[in-house]
Amino acid sequence: MWQPSDSITLPLGDWVDGFVKGWLAPNFRGVFHAIGWPVDQVLQSLSGFLHAVPMPVFTIVVALIAWWAAGRGVAIFSFLALLVLDLIHVWSDTMTTLAMILTAVVFCAAVGVPLGIAAARSDRFARILRPILDIMQTIPPFVYLVPIVMLFGVGMVPGIIATIIFALPPIVRLTNLGIRNVQAELVEAAYAFGSTPRQVLWEVQIPLALRTIMAGLNQTLMLALSMVVIAALIGAGGLGLEVYTGLGRLDIGAATEGGLGIVLIAIILDRITQALGEQRDATAPGLLDTLKSLFRPGRPGRQARQEPRQAA
Amino acid sequence: MTEKLSVKNLCKIFGDDPDAALAQLRAGRSKDEILKQTGMTVGVQDANFSVGQGEIFVVMGLSGSGKSTLVRMLNRLIEPTAGEVRIDGEDIVSADPEQLRQIRLKKIAMVFQHFALFPHKTVAENVEYGLKVQGVPAAERRRRAIAALEQVGLEPWADHRPQALSGGMQQRVGLARGLAVDPEVLLMDEPFSALDPLIRRDMQQELIELQRKLKMTIVFITHDLHEALILGDHIAIMKEGRFVQIGTAEEIVGEPADDYVSAFTQDIDRAKVFAADSVMAEPQALELSKDTPRSALERMTELKRNALYVLDGDRIAGVVTYRGLAGATSGHGGDLGAALIREYPAIESAAKLYRLYDLARGELPVAVLDDGRLVGVARQGDIFKQLAAGAGEAEGAARQPAPAGA
Repeated sequence: MWQPSDSITLPLGDWVDGFVKGWLAPNFRGVFHAIGWPVDQVLQSLSGFLHAVPMPVFTIVVALIAWWAAGRGVAIFSFLALLVLDLIHVWSDTMTTLAMILTAVVFCAAVGVPLGIAAARSDRFARILRPILDIMQTIPPFVYLVPIVMLFGVGMVPGIIATIIFALPPIVRLTNLGIRNVQAELVEAAYAFGSTPRQVLWEVQIPLALRTIMAGLNQTLMLALSMVVIAALIGAGGLGLEVYTGLGRLDIGAATEGGLGIVLIAIILDRITQALGEQRDATAPGLLDTLKSLFRPGRPGRQARQEPRQAA
Repeated sequence: MTEKLSVKNLCKIFGDDPDAALAQLRAGRSKDEILKQTGMTVGVQDANFSVGQGEIFVVMGLSGSGKSTLVRMLNRLIEPTAGEVRIDGEDIVSADPEQLRQIRLKKIAMVFQHFALFPHKTVAENVEYGLKVQGVPAAERRRRAIAALEQVGLEPWADHRPQALSGGMQQRVGLARGLAVDPEVLLMDEPFSALDPLIRRDMQQELIELQRKLKMTIVFITHDLHEALILGDHIAIMKEGRFVQIGTAEEIVGEPADDYVSAFTQDIDRAKVFAADSVMAEPQALELSKDTPRSALERMTELKRNALYVLDGDRIAGVVTYRGLAGATSGHGGDLGAALIREYPAIESAAKLYRLYDLARGELPVAVLDDGRLVGVARQGDIFKQLAAGAGEAEGAARQPAPAGA
């Protein structure tokens, strides 16, 4: 049976092809290089640093951070996980991957938090931003790998750019949500005492939204990790490349080693960042308060009930 | 009393085109008509009042009456649609953003219904907040915050988080935060309504005591008429965005402007609203040096009283009763002093009626004093008449005129 495509062709592919190859790539190469440059700088310094730190030192420092942030269990897990990564000889790949995703997350935070704040302050901006974020989240990363290669070339930097696009939405959304969810009365109180909008933001909104923002950062980090293998397709190295080459050669052993590395890194980062977010829990009394209250005559609650008599 | 805050024709209309609705309102349309025709809500309609220096002005109304909108227009947390708000003659409504910020920093502080304490700051940091945004150096603002906390008795809690405190204590922190900036006008938006009744009463007392010391100018919002009557030097009753009556506690309870107000006032304990001077009669005092027992008896017969006070110059010498004098004249006529009772009940004119109950129980009338000077006498019958006036209204009986003061 006849269908419209028999007579008419909509050459969308050609148009996009022409737009990217014929116009965007030659005319804006400089712009894309400029975008890639800071990413490359951050990546180089992080990568250089992580590779320079001796494995035992790194392992112990991460375990201590985990202990401070999330407690003993996570600390022991982190220590053992990093030990395993060294034993299966993927340490260097792990550091490369870590540098890559940390770079991506740094840029996601640097771009995403201000965008989220702007969206929280302006309903119109939020309305414009929302479909863009929806597209970023639903479009399969493979689709934008090709234009990214055209514009940025191959290698680590384009891999990170693709990761940033993929991992950006949660931190924008949750920053927006966190700031909008700050109790209206608190914002009102801050304004009532003569705060400037900037003071309201820094003194009240961001501190109180921090927990939600941290949750967004955690999500962004996890999404960035899930991009590691895909980024390897366009020349990013590290654990992703290990998995990718393992896949190509049907080398199940290498793929498993790379895959295990990604999973272990993901768990460590997830637990630590989650714990950091919960520490900022503004509604619970801080650790110090809880400890102090153990040594006070009477808990705060009991003290409170005596209070009317003191006042009388 | 100098006028501190004055509000003229203040209006707030919520909606897309408030000016159009305002024009309709000015043309005499009702709130309901405007809502039906334009979909816009009249929040506050033509509020007019002024608050004297050191006075507590209470706005009382039920939820939805516009009282919270009204108080937020005073520091422009809500932008007024029309009208003016002046502090010391300076108009707030027309102030530009920077002037407005200066006014909020220095002149007006606010206490919120649900305390609105910052949970991520300590009690002291909360109290310091207004000073911090003013740019006061850390050491100085800490000192002033502690001083403000001392006023409300919470300085031991300075370094705790507000969540560790009970509701009453949290609201004292809210109050201290307002006091710390030493404002000229303090706005209090239902500050005690989230508290338990007992704690609420304590806080009311505490506010009265603080006010006695600090002489602040306060605009106080409440939905509780009892609270309004206890605290307010002047009280405005608000209904559907308008003031239905403004007056002192005695005026509100004694002469409610309409059925709406009298519905509120009917179960009010009048003994706590009315003062002794509302029930006192002319003293008609005798002069110790001039009057004789005979002239005193004649005076009592003429006035239909059983007892009269006797003055010695400006001072009260005592009181004489008919029965006491009747005995004295038959025996040895002449001296009023012999029948003088020197132990007599007395009360200041501003004291509330409930304090008169015990005093008025004896047969002597209570001497009502103003600065130690006799200004009137309060008799049991008059006290009961005043107390019963409200009850009579409630039962739909003819309203008795409140006994006139001396």
